[in-house]
Amino acid sequence: MKIIVCVKQVPDTNEVRIDPVKGTLIRDGVPSILNPDDGNALEAALQIKDADPDTEVAVLTMGPPQAAHMLRECLAMGADTAYLLSDRVFGGADTCATSTTLAAGIRKAGGADLIFAGRQAIDGDTAQVGPQVAQRLGIPVVTYVQKIHLEKGKAVVQRQLEDGYEVIEVETPCLLTAVKELNSPRYMSVGGIVDACGKEITVWDHNAVGLDPSDCGLNASPTQVFRSFTPPPKGKGEMLGGNVQEMCSTLVSRLREKHYI
Amino acid sequence: MAVNIVKEKCRGCSICVKNCPFEAITMENKLAVIGSACTGCGVCVDKCPFKAIEKTEQEKKTEDLSRYQGVWVFAEQREGKIMPVVAELLGEGRRLANEVGCELCAVLCGFGVEALAEELFAFGADKVYLAEHRELENYRTDAYTKVINDAIEAYRPEIVLLGATHIGRDLGPCLAVKAGTGLTADCTRLEIDPEDKKLRQTRPAFGGNLMATIICPNHRPQMSTVRPGVMKKAPYEKGRRGEVIRLEVNFREGDIRTRVLETVKNIKERVSLTDAEIIVSGGMGLGKPEGFELLKLLADKLGGIIAASRAAVDAGWIDHAYQVGQTGTTVKPKIYIACGISGAIQHVAGMQDSERIIAINTNENAPIFEVADYGIVGDLYQVIPALIEELDK
Amino acid sequence: MYFTEQHELVRKLAGDFAEKELTKEILDQVEETETFPEEILGKMANAGFVGIKVPKEYGGQGADARSYVLVMEEIARVSGVASIYVSSPNSLSGGPFLLSGTEEQKKKYLTPVVRGEKKVCFALTEPGAGSDAGGMTTAAEKDGDDYILNGRKTFITMAPLADWAVVYAKTDRTKGTKGISAFVVDMKLPGVSCGKPENKMGVIGCATSDIILDNVRVSGEDMLGEEGKGFINAMKTLDTGRLGVAAQSIGVARGALDEAIRYAKERKQFGRRIADFQAISFMIADMATKLEAAKNMVYKAAYLMDTHQDASMAASMAKYYASEVCNEIAAKAVQIHGGYGFIKDYKVERMYRDCRVFTIYEGTSQVQQMVIAGKLLKK
Repeated sequence: MKIIVCVKQVPDTNEVRIDPVKGTLIRDGVPSILNPDDGNALEAALQIKDADPDTEVAVLTMGPPQAAHMLRECLAMGADTAYLLSDRVFGGADTCATSTTLAAGIRKAGGADLIFAGRQAIDGDTAQVGPQVAQRLGIPVVTYVQKIHLEKGKAVVQRQLEDGYEVIEVETPCLLTAVKELNSPRYMSVGGIVDACGKEITVWDHNAVGLDPSDCGLNASPTQVFRSFTPPPKGKGEMLGGNVQEMCSTLVSRLREKHYI
Repeated sequence: MAVNIVKEKCRGCSICVKNCPFEAITMENKLAVIGSACTGCGVCVDKCPFKAIEKTEQEKKTEDLSRYQGVWVFAEQREGKIMPVVAELLGEGRRLANEVGCELCAVLCGFGVEALAEELFAFGADKVYLAEHRELENYRTDAYTKVINDAIEAYRPEIVLLGATHIGRDLGPCLAVKAGTGLTADCTRLEIDPEDKKLRQTRPAFGGNLMATIICPNHRPQMSTVRPGVMKKAPYEKGRRGEVIRLEVNFREGDIRTRVLETVKNIKERVSLTDAEIIVSGGMGLGKPEGFELLKLLADKLGGIIAASRAAVDAGWIDHAYQVGQTGTTVKPKIYIACGISGAIQHVAGMQDSERIIAINTNENAPIFEVADYGIVGDLYQVIPALIEELDK
Repeated sequence: MYFTEQHELVRKLAGDFAEKELTKEILDQVEETETFPEEILGKMANAGFVGIKVPKEYGGQGADARSYVLVMEEIARVSGVASIYVSSPNSLSGGPFLLSGTEEQKKKYLTPVVRGEKKVCFALTEPGAGSDAGGMTTAAEKDGDDYILNGRKTFITMAPLADWAVVYAKTDRTKGTKGISAFVVDMKLPGVSCGKPENKMGVIGCATSDIILDNVRVSGEDMLGEEGKGFINAMKTLDTGRLGVAAQSIGVARGALDEAIRYAKERKQFGRRIADFQAISFMIADMATKLEAAKNMVYKAAYLMDTHQDASMAASMAKYYASEVCNEIAAKAVQIHGGYGFIKDYKVERMYRDCRVFTIYEGTSQVQQMVIAGKLLKK
């Protein structure tokens, strides 16, 4: 069985802060990490490999050359091969163009019996790329997957809903997007790192995957960023003073004054 | 739109490098170079003191966009009930339709759901496109994508809005690829450009640290998913009428590649954070899962419900269903009481529109106080009992 | 300077692991119960922390000394005692087998140890023979194909938990250090017992006790290396041990410095942060500078080992300097915390106690000075 896991390198948005004076993003020292949901996607693939050692797990990403570092981490967790789609013309891609490039990469890698992606990336939070890759490959997709059971030619999965879940049977090959409830990603291991550092990471540009520059990046993105801004901070409210009883008493009277309670 | 460096003007000060949210700019031979991680967000354009960075419009062959008309709302139903977000979409859709000067339509898929059209009319829909088929009873990606895409091709709407629910966020991306257009996820604000009548879609990115306004200039329909709980509900006008247009539904073997074997509801108490008027929310400052029992006492006293920050959910203290924030639920109650929540940006993104925010935290420098209307510096295990006592007076 | 991408990833792995697994709750519990959770030891083994330099064919990770140093540093930054569980299989319990074990002995003992399935302790020190290992009195007398061991080993880390011990004993009392041989002793053999676990000042959660050998019959097959070569085996094992303690030292020192910086920025007195007082800020500048020097010494020693250069003096210097400086930094971190530094609720209190042993075990600072001086003045 062959599995391809689509992953993304993202800035750790939990570490991002806004400069309170200038209102700009403070990016210094913000580490780049493997997108958390993608870690669950990779773990799902590795668990299938644990159960059936004949499984081959490949990781695929689109990104700048530095993304190779994250792919190395995926190899150190246990992936067998890694592909990096990197090209200036891939830049500025929205989800639509990204899915075209990833789908071309998956075809170039020879396709797969099962494709995993994370539900969404923490820098964009769109949750669009997974299903869009599936559409471009013409295979079925199930998003928000929290449990997987593989059978011959099909998978039976739980799809998370807001108030429960659905049990869905889907033909393979298919694409599944993973949520964090699916599993907890393993650590790399020291020996895995040693092996990973001895492996080649295949880098493909648009020619390698047979795409015309007009199908890539900004050129192929229907949506464009019109402008970006940092949300204006709300004015600071009133810090209540006194001892605990006094503060509570002030608070309750403030809320009663304005008829909130 | 692309961002370009004007080489003659660049002085190599690297201010743009520091300010780029995506680490897309590097310095080469004392000149800024834009790399492939660039998303065209334009932050650097404003930051450059030498006006050495420009945003350039790209020439596009444009198809005739005027053929697309009308605002459509995906009328998501589950088990024969319209989801609350649909009323919000119709409220927002009505405003957009009025500004563009077109009609507001709803697309309803299901089986035996015709009666729901009345509700959609009452919430302001002028037309309801109705697709009924046994295969459409439960949401399935392939079935809904095919039916709605066929309708988009046949009737060419200008704008399509979906709720950013687990279903809308599954259907939206598939539809966008099929329709060959763009999709903006999780919008929190929609506006019509007064000049060209195009849709401006604003959404949080980067964990809520950055807001981006997205346009879809050359493709139609312009599609957005909209966060539930953000937009105002449409007023309900009983007896309002409209036109039902039946869509033809034909499925062939192999069109639908999934089967729903079972739908399981969580037995636990249903949390409807979006509808709550008063929320008492807890974070890591609780120190232990039992802390939520104290919050529950306060919430019960106020007639509200409890919620949690991502950190408390990640710690396993409470179910994900209670999570407020960027990756949880967006809420805007009348009163939001944040207990032991530091106020990480991703949490604040999900509750900052509450009418009154009260923060209780031991750390006077906690960022939560930046958004609070009333701040209490103190141990929540002392403050909350005192507050309950005060409310009893 | 000394590191490649591989080492950066190892640092990240160990840092993430320490942050996520060695939480304050777990570490408080270790202090209280004086035992270390087996579950975490299992996770450490899965992450490959216990057989870093051991070749893959024996179940190890096939990495190098730099990787070992980084894992030790990152784990010790959060927990001194956890780093002992990393160091043992990598140095004191794994070392003797790697150096002198037969193929069979490596498979039988080393592999389960580096998989985290078994524990081995290193039994060299005796009540009357600490730094002067040649003065040991434990004896091994040949009896047919077997040996009969008698004696008492002391301060043996992990002895009460161990499945096997590598015991150094005199097979020939007339020959001093050249009469010492090494044996693998099953801790369940008749005649083997452990003393009462010592009540230690720090690194609580890793039991240390005496081992008493009373007419213990050990098969000749369990002699490790050649007869009379035990002392060399022990000294070479201690070489890597020194590097481990040096790495532990920079780890704990980093932890203490981080805590001191955090506290100095938080704590307000006389209306300002205490970090704004020069007395405090200069102390911090001093701590950071010395830590930086120590780090470079430790990394260089590891680099020399990896590139097969003579690392003996570099390792001694690194162990000597890093452990002394670690004690200084931890003491200053406590000082900066004022009264709170004396209270167990604050992390620096534990760090201060934990690092005290670093200048003592695996060759005291004074032994390191002897080694360094000896090398310099030999000619």
